Amino acid sequence: MTSLVWLDHEAGIIKQPSRSAVAAAAALGEVHVLVAGAGVGAAAAAAAKLAGVSKVLVADAAEYDHALAEPSAALLVALAPAYSHLLAATTAVGKNIMPRVAALLDVQPISDIAAVVDADTFVRPIYAGNALATVKSSDAKKVITVRAASFDPVAAEGGSAATEAVSAAGGASVSKFISAELSKSERPELTAARVVVSGGRGMQNGDNFKLLDPIADKLGAAVGASRAAVDAGFVPNEYQVGQTGKIVAPELYVAVGISGAIQHLAGMKDSKVIVAINKDEEAPIFQVADYGLVADLFTALPELAAELERG
Amino acid sequence: MKILVPVKRVVDYNVKVRVKSDGTGVETAGVKMSMNPFDEIAVEEAVRLKEKGVASEIIAVSLGVAACAETIRTALAMGADRGILVETDVDLQPLAVAKLLKAIAEKEGPGLVILGKQAIDDDMSATGPMLAALLGWSQGTFASKVTVDGGNLTVTREVDGGLETVELKLPAIVTTDLRLNEPRYASLPNIMKARKKPIETMKPEDLGVDPTPRLTVIKVSEPPKRQAGVKVGSVAELVSKLRNEAKVI
Repeated sequence: MTSLVWLDHEAGIIKQPSRSAVAAAAALGEVHVLVAGAGVGAAAAAAAKLAGVSKVLVADAAEYDHALAEPSAALLVALAPAYSHLLAATTAVGKNIMPRVAALLDVQPISDIAAVVDADTFVRPIYAGNALATVKSSDAKKVITVRAASFDPVAAEGGSAATEAVSAAGGASVSKFISAELSKSERPELTAARVVVSGGRGMQNGDNFKLLDPIADKLGAAVGASRAAVDAGFVPNEYQVGQTGKIVAPELYVAVGISGAIQHLAGMKDSKVIVAINKDEEAPIFQVADYGLVADLFTALPELAAELERG
Repeated sequence: MKILVPVKRVVDYNVKVRVKSDGTGVETAGVKMSMNPFDEIAVEEAVRLKEKGVASEIIAVSLGVAACAETIRTALAMGADRGILVETDVDLQPLAVAKLLKAIAEKEGPGLVILGKQAIDDDMSATGPMLAALLGWSQGTFASKVTVDGGNLTVTREVDGGLETVELKLPAIVTTDLRLNEPRYASLPNIMKARKKPIETMKPEDLGVDPTPRLTVIKVSEPPKRQAGVKVGSVAELVSKLRNEAKVI
C-alpha cells in the first residue's frame, strides 16, 4: 500500500503543512510525494530529503505553475492508479485540488483528517471542531486532506528519496493565473509558527495591531487575528485564525482582546499553551486559557513588551 | 445567462451543537436550522449579478429533506427567481450532491454556478470543485471578488498567503469566501413575493443518481475538553509563569 502526497512548495522549500501530510501518509505505509510546478528543481531536491519519503515524482512544466486546480487535478488523476491513498495538506491549494481529483476518480473525499485509525477509517472534525466524526470509506481509493495541526511534520532533512520525472497529457486550459498579491512579512507563517500572537475586536483599529509587533518580534511569533477583527477591516483576511480562517496549534498562543467565539476557538484550541488578555473577566476565551490576565490591553501590551525585553 | 445557486440547510451558526449521547451524530431535533452562511453569500452575489444585468435568471437548488424547501424560500426572498428541491432522506455527501447538481446543470444550462466554499455542518469544503470536475468546468474557489467580462470570469481568491486572481472560461464554478459581499436581509414584501415563486420537486432517481453515501459514520464524539487554567494578577506574573512553569518562552 503506497500513498502519494501532493506537496505545497514555495521558493524551493516544502511548506510545513505538507510535511504534516507526509506524516499522516506515513501512518498508512510507503510514501511517495509529488512536486509540481514550473522550475521546481530546488523543491524536488528538498522533497527528496524529507524523512520517510521513498520516491519523489516531479512534474516540471509551465502548466503546473501556480498550482491551478484544473491541470493539477488532471495530473494527480493520471498518477492515481499506482496509489491506494492520495493526500494533501488542508491548505488553500489542497482544498482547491483534492475534491476535484476525488470527483474525477468517483471517490468521496475525506476532508481535513485529524487522525488515522486504519487504511479506511479516519477521524475528522465537524461543526467547527465541536464534534469529531470517525468515518470509514468504502471507496477503493482514498482522497484525503490532512489537518496539519494534528500531525507533527516529518523532518525536512534526513531522507534520500529517488526522483522521477512525470507528466500528464495536458487538456485544454480553462483557467489562467493572472496575479497574486501576497502579504510580505519577515515573520513566520501562521500555520508553521511556534508562537502566535492574535488580536481581536478589542484592538479597536488596525493601527493598534502595531502594539503586537514588539511582542511578536521578541517571541519570534506570527501575528493572527479573530474573524471579528478581520470583518472590522483591522487586518487582511490571511491573518484570520478560526473555523473560516487558518487552523493553528502552536506551542504558545496569545489571544489579545479576543472574546473567544466558537468560530475562533475552532482554529486555536489545540495550541499547547493558551494565554488570554482581555478586560472582560467573563469572556469565554478564559475558559480555554491556561493563563488569563484580566486587564486593559492598551496598558498590558506595552508592559508585556517591556517585561519580555527585560528577559 | 442563468445562474444556479445550490443552498444547504444546516444547523444555524449561532447554535451550540451537542453530540448525541449514543454517538450517532449531533442533536438536530428542535434545533434552529438556517441557510449555510456561505451559501447566503452565494445567493447575494447571484442577485447582484442579476441587478447588474449580467444574469437573466437565478435558480436556487437545495437537496435533502422536505424542509429544505424553506431554505429555497429564503433564497427566493433574497431575489432568486425559482427553486428546485431534490428531496431525499438519504444522508447526502458531497460526491452525491455534485452528481445531482451536475444532472440539474445539464438540464438547466447555467453559465455560472455559485455556492459556498464550505458548509458549516460537515466542513467538507468539497462540493464546488467536485461539481466543476464532473462538468469539466473551470473553478474559482474562495472568491472575494467576481467580475464577468464577456465569456470570461475574473475571480480574486483568498489563498493562504493573501490574494490570487485567476481568469476562468465560462461556464464556471465559483465558491464564496466571507468577504465577497454582505448578504441582504429579505424585506417583508419580498418574503411575501417569494411565496408565489415556483419550486419544482424531484427525487434523486429522477436525475438518475444513486445518492448512497460512501463514508459511513462509525461514531461522533465530543472533542477533548480544555480545562480553564489560572488567572494571573499582573503582566510580570504572566511572563514569569510562561518562563518558569510552562517553559514556552
